[in-house]
Amino acid sequence: MADHSLDTSRIDASRLRGRLEDLAHGLAIPQWDLGAACSTDTSVQVDRGEAKQLKGAQRSSITVRVWNGDGLVGITSTSDLSDGGLARALASAKEASAFGNPDDKPAFSPLSTAPLAPLEQPLCPPQGILTLLGTLKEAERELLGRHAAITTVPYNGLAERSSERIYLNSAGASRHQKLTTASVYLYARAEETGRKPRSSGAVRLAYGADSLDVAGCIDEAAERTIRHLDYAPIETGYYTCCFSPEAFLDLIGAFSSLFNARAVLDGVSLSTRESLGQPLAVPFFQLHDNGLHPGNVGASAFDGEGTPTRRLALVENGLLANFLHSEATARAFGVAPTGHAGLGAKVSVGPDWFEVSGTGGQADLDRHSADGIVWIDSLSALHAGVKASQGSFSLPFDGWLVKGGEARSIEAATVAGDIRSLLNGIIGFEGAAKITPDGLSPYVWVEGLSITGDS
Amino acid sequence: MLSSPSAVLAVEPFDQLWQVRLESLLAAGRAAGADLVEVFLERTDAVGVLAEQDRITSVSPGLGRGAGLRVFLGERDGFVSTNDLSDPGLLTALDQALGMLGLERSAQVHSDFEGLPALRDFGRLKADWLGRCPALGEATDRLLEGTAQLGRHGRHLQVRRGSYSRDWQEVLVAASDGTFARDIRLHQSVGLNVLAADGEHRASLGRRYGTSGRPDDLREWDAEAAARDLCASTGTMLYADYVEAGQWPVVLANRFGGVIFHEACGHLLETTQVERGTTPFAEQVGEVIAHPAVTAIDEGLSDGAFGSLSMDDEGMEPQRTVLIENGVLQRFLSDRAGERRTGHARTGSGRRQSHAFAAASRMRNTYIAAGPHTPEQLMASVDRGLYCKTMGGGSVGPTGQFNFSVEEGYLIENGQLTKPVKGATLIGEAKDVMPRISMCANDLELAAGYCGSVSGSIYVTVGQPHIKVDSITVGGR
Repeated sequence: MADHSLDTSRIDASRLRGRLEDLAHGLAIPQWDLGAACSTDTSVQVDRGEAKQLKGAQRSSITVRVWNGDGLVGITSTSDLSDGGLARALASAKEASAFGNPDDKPAFSPLSTAPLAPLEQPLCPPQGILTLLGTLKEAERELLGRHAAITTVPYNGLAERSSERIYLNSAGASRHQKLTTASVYLYARAEETGRKPRSSGAVRLAYGADSLDVAGCIDEAAERTIRHLDYAPIETGYYTCCFSPEAFLDLIGAFSSLFNARAVLDGVSLSTRESLGQPLAVPFFQLHDNGLHPGNVGASAFDGEGTPTRRLALVENGLLANFLHSEATARAFGVAPTGHAGLGAKVSVGPDWFEVSGTGGQADLDRHSADGIVWIDSLSALHAGVKASQGSFSLPFDGWLVKGGEARSIEAATVAGDIRSLLNGIIGFEGAAKITPDGLSPYVWVEGLSITGDS
Repeated sequence: MLSSPSAVLAVEPFDQLWQVRLESLLAAGRAAGADLVEVFLERTDAVGVLAEQDRITSVSPGLGRGAGLRVFLGERDGFVSTNDLSDPGLLTALDQALGMLGLERSAQVHSDFEGLPALRDFGRLKADWLGRCPALGEATDRLLEGTAQLGRHGRHLQVRRGSYSRDWQEVLVAASDGTFARDIRLHQSVGLNVLAADGEHRASLGRRYGTSGRPDDLREWDAEAAARDLCASTGTMLYADYVEAGQWPVVLANRFGGVIFHEACGHLLETTQVERGTTPFAEQVGEVIAHPAVTAIDEGLSDGAFGSLSMDDEGMEPQRTVLIENGVLQRFLSDRAGERRTGHARTGSGRRQSHAFAAASRMRNTYIAAGPHTPEQLMASVDRGLYCKTMGGGSVGPTGQFNFSVEEGYLIENGQLTKPVKGATLIGEAKDVMPRISMCANDLELAAGYCGSVSGSIYVTVGQPHIKVDSITVGGR
């Protein structure tokens, strides 16, 4: 018997629904939903003027979730989209449903058929691997030419992707999104005689490879790398720190369990149900999650349960305003889902894209003319150095010590503290908010952070 | 695969029957002008289970299949992965990989490729592994036993979690150099995590155990001993003060303490780092790069260890590779691409997370060898310093700067352990720290871990005896 496969380069939602309905009927599954995705990726890397690795990928996957007669949920993921593969996945999910959690029965999101917010996401034609290769070779050549000390660009890549995702459920919900994205990253390594090597870089995203700001990526990578060439150790102590937008957003992301209703219900968040409306940060601090922001390249129009993406206030005037929700956590809190769910037997919850803003604090902050402050450019090892459930962090960073308006790169150091103390130690914001891959933020100044240096 | 281990076994296995299809692909690639063509086929059957407090809260099975095709031309290569294992799907992938190198498949196949030899089947005696693994009901019972034991032995526990993962993988590797090998891999891991809270004091700790090729692993897991050990550490760390930052001598415990070598040096001895120009040791084979007390090994042979393999993901049997002997750099870990680009001979270290990644030179079971001292002698040699009993994760950057976090630490004062401390991060540079590992104890042990790098997340083992580092930067408050 022929085992028909879906075309893995695209998803036919109507055909997929028909097959799931048939298979579910045959297995006596009364209720189901699924998330499906397929993508085509092309990427290149170069090494000193030569192609290093050229990659392509066609990926497809489906996650099916089924409810059994007792209302318990089971799930299975598969990359085998043949008829047999789907049947096996559905049977596996049904079997797993016997172990569903009776205390936490997910349901369809009540918003899975609600209108979606419009997203301006142009679909860009692929440039092709040889064009990508030529662009990246040229970018590498130009970056290497910016300074004699820049000898290699060991981490580099230019990629383009075309993808589709779908959410379907047995109650008739049908979501579909097509997307194209492209990215370029350049991380240079520079070394001067008798000195330690230094490294830094930059990333850019766009909807197509032809619209990537490659020149801006080169400029930023060169500037950051060169600025780290002249380095010195820093004395261990407590410093006022100025976080770059990227570094501050990384830190907020690492502690996003503060705003995560799933983490609150599981007891692993520093927040509790009673924290809503309570002070979390200085009164002039605002934080939103906004996957719909035009700067969020590759935004999802809906979450894993089909709930529309939306802008949500998390911290308003320093007070904790809302939590991120899935269907199940929203039901537990008596609110509407917020569009931040995954798809699972136990549904995960996560942020989309943060917006940090300030409406006060110390004015006229300028890291370029400051004295005795640490300018934190980027944080490392967040997976290891953040204890989200405890609120503590101890993280290596790249940055500069600014003395009398002169910035000198710090040889090696860590910054440590408590996230709640940090949010209450913000003294102000510098400059206009900058769009980064993870969100939007100005430079954020915080006083009294512990810096450990290598001297 | 659930209570009846049948889902993945019901589909066509990767065996000798694939030979003709693979030979056709390899011949077509060679005829197009490729120096070497490699096909990696994969089927997977995995399940993850989570227990929280006294409930099973998540059961997540996953089934997968796919292929990765790699074409070399000189030092360059093109790699394409796909979930489509049909003949047209594989040919399309081959065409794309060839096209990346400016090559094109011709209608007439003429190449010097002489076909594949008989299959080397490392999986032949492993066919029953999946069926012998605990059924889902048994796995959930064991996890609930673990969380119950945590409740029995712990105090102030706000969260008790147990997790289990079982990852079964069948692979078939064929290459135009005559490689034709099949294997079955089985990795199982079980872990316990707790969050303790008492007023403003909070501590979150975990323990994870993992093995390869042992279907009965979960059955043999001592849940009570694991829970008791974790609860004892948590009870201590709940009231620990933050560590004082500075430059300290440190003694790192055995087992997962080996993450320091993994991060500080191991990654820098992979040929991927030589290719990138990001290792300071590239030209130092035969030279002293570490203290004479240090001998370091990477191998894929230890029975049941997380990083052990019957063959690597390029079809080569693993070796015992001495990386550093008495402080002198001996050799690098190398894969197929590394050998072509750097000249370092392959070591059976070509590894990848899945078919979606091209193999790269990666560590397997990596450890510092045992030395002559007792752990007590190491402690006694420190007037004031830090004892790192358990480690969290770490990483290494493009200039050789490494870092890792300390999960459970104690002050050493006058050669004795005194009070617990938390919040420590150790940072440094490989070239600086390796000469400072001045004492190795006689209690080598290994620990299972996961390593994320260029070819994805893979199973590894880290290990060491207790070691002393004369001075390292300890980040804290």
